Amino acid sequence: MNIILKTTAAACALIAAASAATAECSIDGGRVNIIGNEFPAIQTVAAAAAECTGVTVEANLTADHQTLNVAGMSGNPAEYTSAIVANSSIVALINEDVIRPLDELVAEYGKDIPQRQLITVGGKVMAVAFMANAQTLTYRADVLEEVGLDVPTTYEEVLVAAEAIRAAGIMENPVGGPYAAGWNLAQEFNNMYLGHGGEFFEPGTAKISINNEKGVATLEMMKALTEYMNPDYLTHDSNGTSAEWEAGNVALMHMWGSRAQVLMDDEGSEPQVYENTKVAAPLMVGDSGVPASTLWWDGWTVAKNISDEDAAATFQALAYAVSPQTLNDTTMNQAVWLIDGYEPAPVSEGVLAAVASGTKPYPMLPYMGLLHTASGDNIADFLTGKESAEQTLADIEAAYNAAAKEQGYIQ
Amino acid sequence: MKHSSFFWFVLPSTLLMLAFIAFPIVSVVTQSFYTAHEQVVVQVENCGPFGCTQETSVDQEATAALREAEPMGEFAGFEIYTDRNHLAFGEVAAAWVNADGLPDFGRSLMNLPFYKALAFTLTYTAVVTPLTIILGFFIAIAVNSVARAMKGPTIFFSLLPMIVTPLVGSLILFWMVDARGILGAGLQWLTDDPNLSVKASTGLMWIMLMVYGVWHAAPFAFVVFYAGLQTVNTDTLESAMVDGATRWERIRFVVLPHLFPLVTFVALIQLMDNFRVFEPIVSFQASAHATSLSYAIYNDLGGETRLLSSAAATSVLTIIGIAILLSPVLVRTWRDFDRK
Repeated sequence: MNIILKTTAAACALIAAASAATAECSIDGGRVNIIGNEFPAIQTVAAAAAECTGVTVEANLTADHQTLNVAGMSGNPAEYTSAIVANSSIVALINEDVIRPLDELVAEYGKDIPQRQLITVGGKVMAVAFMANAQTLTYRADVLEEVGLDVPTTYEEVLVAAEAIRAAGIMENPVGGPYAAGWNLAQEFNNMYLGHGGEFFEPGTAKISINNEKGVATLEMMKALTEYMNPDYLTHDSNGTSAEWEAGNVALMHMWGSRAQVLMDDEGSEPQVYENTKVAAPLMVGDSGVPASTLWWDGWTVAKNISDEDAAATFQALAYAVSPQTLNDTTMNQAVWLIDGYEPAPVSEGVLAAVASGTKPYPMLPYMGLLHTASGDNIADFLTGKESAEQTLADIEAAYNAAAKEQGYIQ
Repeated sequence: MKHSSFFWFVLPSTLLMLAFIAFPIVSVVTQSFYTAHEQVVVQVENCGPFGCTQETSVDQEATAALREAEPMGEFAGFEIYTDRNHLAFGEVAAAWVNADGLPDFGRSLMNLPFYKALAFTLTYTAVVTPLTIILGFFIAIAVNSVARAMKGPTIFFSLLPMIVTPLVGSLILFWMVDARGILGAGLQWLTDDPNLSVKASTGLMWIMLMVYGVWHAAPFAFVVFYAGLQTVNTDTLESAMVDGATRWERIRFVVLPHLFPLVTFVALIQLMDNFRVFEPIVSFQASAHATSLSYAIYNDLGGETRLLSSAAATSVLTIIGIAILLSPVLVRTWRDFDRK
């Protein structure tokens, strides 16, 4: 019954939105083809863009979007007229010069877009953001209550709480996080390193600067946490860790805000788990005063190698898709929207707290991706005890230097 | 055959081979000798929903001019082949000089991505290839002696591991060896160690990847050997039986010599297949414990910044590796051919 009600409500909302849309979004010709990642918020945006009349709107939403977008936008005319990207992946598109500045289009069609949604690089608008994301603490209120501890605010407190939970015999491995070797593990390193007050590069250069005592402290803290994780942690990405959470095996987890809704809904876990799942601000570490997390936005771009007509059509369709009418009861909790009219819910408390507590955004540097890959390939050797922290940091540095030299960022 | 008819006969396949094999290889080899231009980066102010930060960005106008002048990038010669992420000549030499004995040198070598990948690739090839051949042979012998009515279903089930897509097949095994999966829990019970985790141990991960490799490839060897078994001369077999040869002796002295040319063929195909082991590493999320040359190529192309030249260099090294590995078999085939 509940499901039927929900579906009916959703269908009604969609029909209402669609009928409202035909009135609002009509474009005089052009082609729109969107490539982007696949999760509910992006599906909502693509579906809203498809409501526009007068244009053909296609969308290719896939987890492999990053391997397709540069190639799909390099041709002339480009296959994709828009790529939905995040602050890490827009860099590859800027490096390859396949997206166009949007200033003129904003002036003509986007006067209603609030300034905070415009992503500018060197004064030029390159993307329009529509949602924010960050990794924060997710915790089980009942388990913490059982051991009589407050919600941890630092990783040091997480270690204390984890030991207490283990000692009380509630859970064998109470800590979780996306520690899968590769991109996820490197991202955890980035978070923890920023939390220790570290700088990835010497300011203004591509010269790497992680091989220092902050880097060592970062690795040591990561290793201390893994002592309280499922032994398979190097194979647990966000999906794997979320599954552990829903199975009730984890009580303290570092997780993406965009996944909070899935963890807190009544699907996939026992009431005891989902009713007690709460999100809090990102954790601190050491005494730097900077949270050990990064802020992310997701936004859309417009391809460079397409006709002005297609670019205008793409801009209008997507500007419509991220306008306030997209928000309704179904879509409101899918993300922390940057769109006017967004009303925060409990699931988004973590991300909002991350913004409020001064978390740094993930750096939009042309060579950050190279460092991310180099870290992801090398950190596991330290966590599995194959080598020292100093050796791991030296390996990351050497792997990055070789890649950055090949890409022409250092000589 | 007349020269002109031979020419027209092979022309279509020659064209296809040129287009789909030769040109891509030429393009990969060329790519591996070039690096990107020196990047012109400028300090810019980036603003977004979280405020403004001073960051760097690639100067598009300056870069466009550079690209125009040299569309291929900068010629680098063998620079990429010798850098740390590939053959790492400098690092290997330094490790040799500083090493405290051979085991220490080995450890330093295994810390370099290319040699780490090569070590697993070679071990995998050396273990999986013979085991596949042996297992495939025994399955073929067994299926061949099954009652006629049961043969169809038996063959179908024996072929299943090969029919299942590698990614899906390895995912199934991945879940089964999970600490809470049937195989993982079984292993914990067998060893009486509740903390045993296949995914957390490098040694067990290697074994699991190789078990998967044999499981997946054995049906191929089976099919080839089974086809070969149908052509064994029954007269010879019967006369061996009359002479009082046991089942084992018949296999050893009649069947095996008959199938030997097929062993060469299966070995050739399996060596090539196993040397480019890739899918199980992705499905098992095994990159923390084992990487292969193919995985290194995938890793170069899958990052936020694609390392085209690095991937090209690793591809060329893989091709060279396969050529070296296959040379004994190829020489043997050529000699056999020559003798005739």
